[in-house]
Amino acid sequence: MTIPDTTVQASTNDGSPSSTGTNGHHRAVEVQKRHRVVIRFAGDSGDGMQLTGDRFTSEAAAFGNDLATLPNFPAEIRAPAGTLPGVSSFQLHFADYDILTPGDRPDVLVAMNPAALKANIADLPLGAILIANSDEFNKRNLTKVGYEANPLEDDSLSAYTVHSVQMATLARGALAETGLSKKDAERAKNMFALGLLCWMYHRPTESTERFLREKFARRPDLAEANVLAFRAGWNFGETTESFAVTYEVDPAPLDTGTYRQITGNTALAYGIVAAGQQSGLPVFLGSYPITPASDILHELSKHKAFGVTTFQAEDEISGIGSAIGAAFGGALGVTTTSGPGISLKSEATGLAVALELPLLVIDVQRGGPSTGLPTRTEQSDLLQAMFGRNGESPLPVIAPRSPGDCFDAAIEATRLAVTYRTPVILLSDGSLANGSEPWKVPDVADLPTIDPGFATEANATDGSGEFWPYQRDDDTLARPWAVPGTAGLEHRIGGLEKADGKGSISYDPDNHDRMVRLRQAKIDNIPVPDLVVDDPDGDAELLVLGWGSTYGPIGAGARRVRAMGLSVAQAHLRHLNPLPANLGDVLRGYKTVLLPEMNLGQLALLLRGRYLVDVKSYTKVSGLPFQAEELQNLFLDALKGELL
Amino acid sequence: MSALDLGLPSLGGLDGVPTTDEKQTAKEYTSDQEVRWCPGCGDYAVLAAVRGFLPQLGLRRENVVFVSGIGCSSRFPYYLNTYGMHSIHGRAPTIATGLAVTRPDLSVFVVTGDGDALSIGGNHLIHAVRRNINMTILLFNNRIYGLTKGQYSPTSEVGKITKSTPMGSLDQPFNPLSVVLGAEATFVARTIDANRAQLTEVLTAAAAHRGTSFVEIYQDCPIFNDGAFDVIRRGGDEAKQRIIPLKHGEPIRFGLDGEFGVVHSEDGYGLRVAPIAEVGEDAVVVHDEHRDDPSFAFALSRLSDQDLTHTVTGVFRNVDRLAYDDGARQQLKDARSTGQADLGTLLRGKDTWTVGTD
Repeated sequence: MTIPDTTVQASTNDGSPSSTGTNGHHRAVEVQKRHRVVIRFAGDSGDGMQLTGDRFTSEAAAFGNDLATLPNFPAEIRAPAGTLPGVSSFQLHFADYDILTPGDRPDVLVAMNPAALKANIADLPLGAILIANSDEFNKRNLTKVGYEANPLEDDSLSAYTVHSVQMATLARGALAETGLSKKDAERAKNMFALGLLCWMYHRPTESTERFLREKFARRPDLAEANVLAFRAGWNFGETTESFAVTYEVDPAPLDTGTYRQITGNTALAYGIVAAGQQSGLPVFLGSYPITPASDILHELSKHKAFGVTTFQAEDEISGIGSAIGAAFGGALGVTTTSGPGISLKSEATGLAVALELPLLVIDVQRGGPSTGLPTRTEQSDLLQAMFGRNGESPLPVIAPRSPGDCFDAAIEATRLAVTYRTPVILLSDGSLANGSEPWKVPDVADLPTIDPGFATEANATDGSGEFWPYQRDDDTLARPWAVPGTAGLEHRIGGLEKADGKGSISYDPDNHDRMVRLRQAKIDNIPVPDLVVDDPDGDAELLVLGWGSTYGPIGAGARRVRAMGLSVAQAHLRHLNPLPANLGDVLRGYKTVLLPEMNLGQLALLLRGRYLVDVKSYTKVSGLPFQAEELQNLFLDALKGELL
Repeated sequence: MSALDLGLPSLGGLDGVPTTDEKQTAKEYTSDQEVRWCPGCGDYAVLAAVRGFLPQLGLRRENVVFVSGIGCSSRFPYYLNTYGMHSIHGRAPTIATGLAVTRPDLSVFVVTGDGDALSIGGNHLIHAVRRNINMTILLFNNRIYGLTKGQYSPTSEVGKITKSTPMGSLDQPFNPLSVVLGAEATFVARTIDANRAQLTEVLTAAAAHRGTSFVEIYQDCPIFNDGAFDVIRRGGDEAKQRIIPLKHGEPIRFGLDGEFGVVHSEDGYGLRVAPIAEVGEDAVVVHDEHRDDPSFAFALSRLSDQDLTHTVTGVFRNVDRLAYDDGARQQLKDARSTGQADLGTLLRGKDTWTVGTD
């Protein structure tokens, strides 16, 4: 769906939130209204593009736009300067209505060097704006990425609106009085770029200045330099005739409430803190640093005042082992990982299944196999989460669908883990982890409470007055959680098969068969909410099903198709194990069920096997999220019956 | 850094664990599970010593936890009427870590073997002792894999003929005490399954130590490595000529009549055994388990030959250093006393905006 842009002529006072004081636009420039804009900042890994994008995002959020972001950076910390592998980018989509994805193609590309241009120009639609830092377009840098001539100076970019700006030179000039070295001064060029973009898009600037002063609190000279460069960029737009147009994107009419910007990893960390508070359990995170999950460890390590202990373990196994130990002691045990880390945790996860202790295993999926693509996204750990342990080893699996949803998913995972005394795998992914969106801050009073229900007394059914650690609750089939320190309930548990009820070691064949089925039944019988289908027309014959982070692109694709007057139904799974009870009926209710996944069809395999429904699988494993246009075309093909 | 540097009171190993005035017995610490080790296994002797020693600690039984990995010795927790977990191979120190960090009111023991602790779990072992987490690790060293029926272990002698090494094992064994001293363990001791008095004495000192206490126990496997320690296990004159017992503050001497002593080696780096008649009484090193530099205890550990010509037993090292879990809990306490913990405030963060109010 293309929303037409309206163009309005504005006078000097354009009425934007930044139209007063030093932030006000004074020069008479044309102001065009836009419903949505996609900006991509691209530069060298060391150019500060993630920070720049993040700041623009904060300003868009504070202004009240809806937004979605896609950071995209290499796994290397500093690949050789000026090379294609070293290009880091941050894409931001902001709008005056609720949007679902970080956008397919940028309306504006900020390219800090030739490599950034080369790596991103193919994504730029004709007519889009290119703002290039011409200082870096020297012969050496051009040659490095294979440009024979400077594209800023020949006509190869004539299809775009090109602004060549000597960002480093201008930043250095602005900082001439500060006494900073040439190198340090030029490093502020990203703030110059940010200032320029803020001017172009009428963004408020106070929060960025405040942010810079806080970030560089220990180096006031650097703080001031960055603020100066930021203002210089803004003033450059204001005073240079080459920029004839600025753009306004109004705030989005979101639901009433208080909002903030949040990334998936932060939301997940907050969800864990909240789960600890709502259950009254101390939180223990055992974790080994791994991209892109480490930020959860970083965030939780700040919240000790909430009774959150973080333990940076010697390896992935110790991360989960220590969490299991904490769970045995009555804490909310959590471990976080990604990629090969989830493989290393398999054995201990199986132990937690056998022990039937509450545990959160958080897997921020990334490209695989092996080390794979550490900084890119994928959904390829689903089958491992489901089955990747020796023996029949069932556990609940849930997946958040947006960055903000990671908060609720963490609380739900905790509720399942504590109620059913089981490890739960939460499948986030790289795009959720680092992507951000406006998040309606929940009212703490509305959060669910979770009752740990610790065992306090003997429970033997034979009148012996003993405590039987595997005597199950009739309703949930969960076993009692009796923590050390509880007199009279001393017991031993372990990975060996246990006698049903009493819990002592048992090699009895019938007992093993019964215990395998009991563990399976406990998970299978967990009630989960029915799948809700969004079918605004009510007559759709095509159902697009998804799980996890594909929610945004599927929704955006469906919107576009519906705007063409066609019907498409959308449904998104949060609970992947157990699956909603109505799922079979839903699947059988549509002529075509289409399932896009960022793997080679893992959920499709499960659903085909379980429901004998011919689910059509559409897959992509490029390390990048689906694009709205791509899915729109897919849905159109499906409606035409042209699916492969 | 010690606890004192953090402003913490100097703590004993069992401080914070609830005690009882009621007299306890070994029987109360005995679970209803039938013990299933092979007849003659050294584990029986250790189990008996532990059942006898635990009541002496005067702790509430429900606050004692035994965690084990996999292997013959790791069945240990089933036979004690305390809380216990028989976990997975090599990982017991990790589980004990999570438990000890979150539960200062528990006395946590880890029972492990030479394969469990030094092969599959080697990494966790060194990191546990490096962090100095409040737990007592009992490593039963029988120099063989028992539960998998007789393969050589990381403490087996070079050339060991086993099912998996019909032409003899090739790898250099670990000296377990050298390994943990290299990781700067704060309490390190060795004893022998058959010596109940020393076992009890060492376990008592280990329990009293704040931080990780590491105790190696030479233990006989009558099925797959029978008699491996007989020369020191049977007592008598032969053992006296081989065992070098350590007593804090006393000259390190041994032999039938104490005729041998431990002296500094000529190169100045280590220690060696010498006839006292040759070197003189004054040359004999006085044992100081509190020496901060682990090199001394390490040098003592090197006196223990793989062929048991000499074996040092007793407490090698016993020093005070901040326990990780004490420090971690202190950080939580500090954060709570200075920072606010309001969930709503956290969730809102610094930059919010409000949409509509109608």
